[in-house]
Amino acid sequence: MSERVITYAEAIREAIGQAMESDPSVFMLGEDIGVYGGAFGVSGDLYHRFGEERVRDTPISEMGIVGAAVGAALVGMKPIVEIQFSDFTAHAMDQIVNQAAKIHFMLGGELSVPMVLRAPSGSGTGAAAQHSQSLETWFAHVPGLKVVLPSSPMEAKGLLLSAIDDPNPVIVLEHKLLYKTSGHVPEEMYKTPIGVARVLREGKDLTIVATGVMVSRSLEAAAQLSQMGIEATVIDPRTLSPLDMGPINDSISQTGRVMLVQEAPKHVGFIAEIAARISEGPAIYSLTEPVKRLCGMDVPIPYAPQLEKAVVPQLPDIVSGAQDLMRGV
Amino acid sequence: MATITPLLPPAAGKVSDDKASAMAALESLLAIRFFEEAVDGMFARGLMHGTMHLSIGQEAVATGVCAALRQTDFITSTHRGHSHCIAKGADLTRMMAELLAKQTGYCRGRGGSMHIADAKTGNLGANGIVAGGIPIAAGAALAQKLKKTDNVVVSFFGDGATNEGAFHEALNLASVWDLPVIFVCENNKYGMSFSTAKSMKVERISERAAAYAMPGVTVDGNDVDAVYEATKQAVDRARAGQGPTLIECVTYRHKGHSKSDKNLYRTKEEIDFWKTKDPVGKFETLLIEKGILTKEQAEQITENVRNEIRNAITEAQAAPDSDPAELLSSVFRAVN
Repeated sequence: MSERVITYAEAIREAIGQAMESDPSVFMLGEDIGVYGGAFGVSGDLYHRFGEERVRDTPISEMGIVGAAVGAALVGMKPIVEIQFSDFTAHAMDQIVNQAAKIHFMLGGELSVPMVLRAPSGSGTGAAAQHSQSLETWFAHVPGLKVVLPSSPMEAKGLLLSAIDDPNPVIVLEHKLLYKTSGHVPEEMYKTPIGVARVLREGKDLTIVATGVMVSRSLEAAAQLSQMGIEATVIDPRTLSPLDMGPINDSISQTGRVMLVQEAPKHVGFIAEIAARISEGPAIYSLTEPVKRLCGMDVPIPYAPQLEKAVVPQLPDIVSGAQDLMRGV
Repeated sequence: MATITPLLPPAAGKVSDDKASAMAALESLLAIRFFEEAVDGMFARGLMHGTMHLSIGQEAVATGVCAALRQTDFITSTHRGHSHCIAKGADLTRMMAELLAKQTGYCRGRGGSMHIADAKTGNLGANGIVAGGIPIAAGAALAQKLKKTDNVVVSFFGDGATNEGAFHEALNLASVWDLPVIFVCENNKYGMSFSTAKSMKVERISERAAAYAMPGVTVDGNDVDAVYEATKQAVDRARAGQGPTLIECVTYRHKGHSKSDKNLYRTKEEIDFWKTKDPVGKFETLLIEKGILTKEQAEQITENVRNEIRNAITEAQAAPDSDPAELLSSVFRAVN
């Protein structure tokens, strides 16, 4: 029996559709998610299936949209907000950071905000600096937000269903370059737990920890490295908050080498937190080489294709980074 | 637990025409006044820490508005939120305990004066961010529409909030979606120090409603009856699915913005002038003049409310201090 294969965007749509079918308190709101089907086509036909009340087109009004989601969540709804590009969350940061993240704790625990905020993230589409950022560190730094970066169609559906069911605000950063990628996704509703890392490949020579689109890129790199006789473990944390260090530490104790790969700029990037936690724990004593970070350059994402590619780790960069680490360079 | 009689609407007409409604309103005005005078005094004596924003002089707004609401209706409130919280029916002991940083406080000592919420009475929270609660109110109203209830949401905010983007975004959403929300602006003439005269060109904040094709009215915010009547009309519209209303209540805070205010931006004459329009004394006098209450009955109510505030302080002071041991486990609600 062949496994069903669908795209990352379809997997997200399927998760939302199934959640809306099974729970009348789930609804979507965002810009152009209705008849247009979403800027990246994610909401697709949901508008026709569930109607304009539950697949709610909004004015261009990010702070208002997120605030409305917070308010609806406070009184028992489960809103799924789509922010058209993750960069536009800057408009809504008061509602995300000062309201959604803090309400449960600050107000004493009686109220909570079961809101999901989805946003397309990352570069690679020629959209330049205001439509291409990887802003996960902003959110991961705020206590009270869960932060999820699905790296495949399978993860996208399972993590989103967990996020919708979570009684807390969850930021889901979807990578634009993954929307059209395909993979096996079960048809039934299933939940991928938030806060559990996944080991995608096991190898004895080095540990690669990667997030977002860097996960599939690292797996490709690992396949090439294997042909060169280098066997890499590839780990996807899947969720940044909460962060599961267990499999990372375990793997390092076997390999003694670790390369951390992220698209976001290196300076104060999330991956530095993983490096810091490695250095705090027993894993540091297993390291035979210093921790290696492969990150985006500390520049705004540029427009020209050759410039855009140059600022973010590409497949050859991951391969050569691993080779350097093996050579102790 | 220390409580006052819940506010209730008059059977018909004005609050001051109906004995039960009027007595509850007087209790509310007095409870807000005495609660805040008490915490002001405790702060001055070093018995309370942090900061607080007092609404002394503005009590008629929360009282008149909440008299038109049901317990199942919702409010969002502001940094100057004690009055809204009390008028919506909060337990005075739990409020006092919060300000005294106790475990039994509404926020278990994590929020303080600026963040009191009370799910039981539909208070979705005071908010330390100016205008932060306004989009939240729109969202809570959207939820009522989706759930097909006839509950309404009131968003309280100050004059300063109406220069924030959040105010305009929320009014637009409420307008285009015909949401059951009432936007109540307490115009006390100043932000922290910057006056409305300098911060906006419109004469009246209610004029801003025109931009969102909703009714906008300005009322005397020191007059319980005027506030109630405007709110009643807006609530009726909202419950009937006719959308939002902006109500501007013109009022004045007798005290400074917060505890650091030296009143450099306004004159003693102006403050004294507004004290002659004190909403609490004014309402009490009105009830006695109309024969709704005798002077003795009014004195009895005053004494009862003073006792409730004293009880709240005594009970709150006896409660355990808030507990650091539960901090890390309180950031998220547990996943089922």
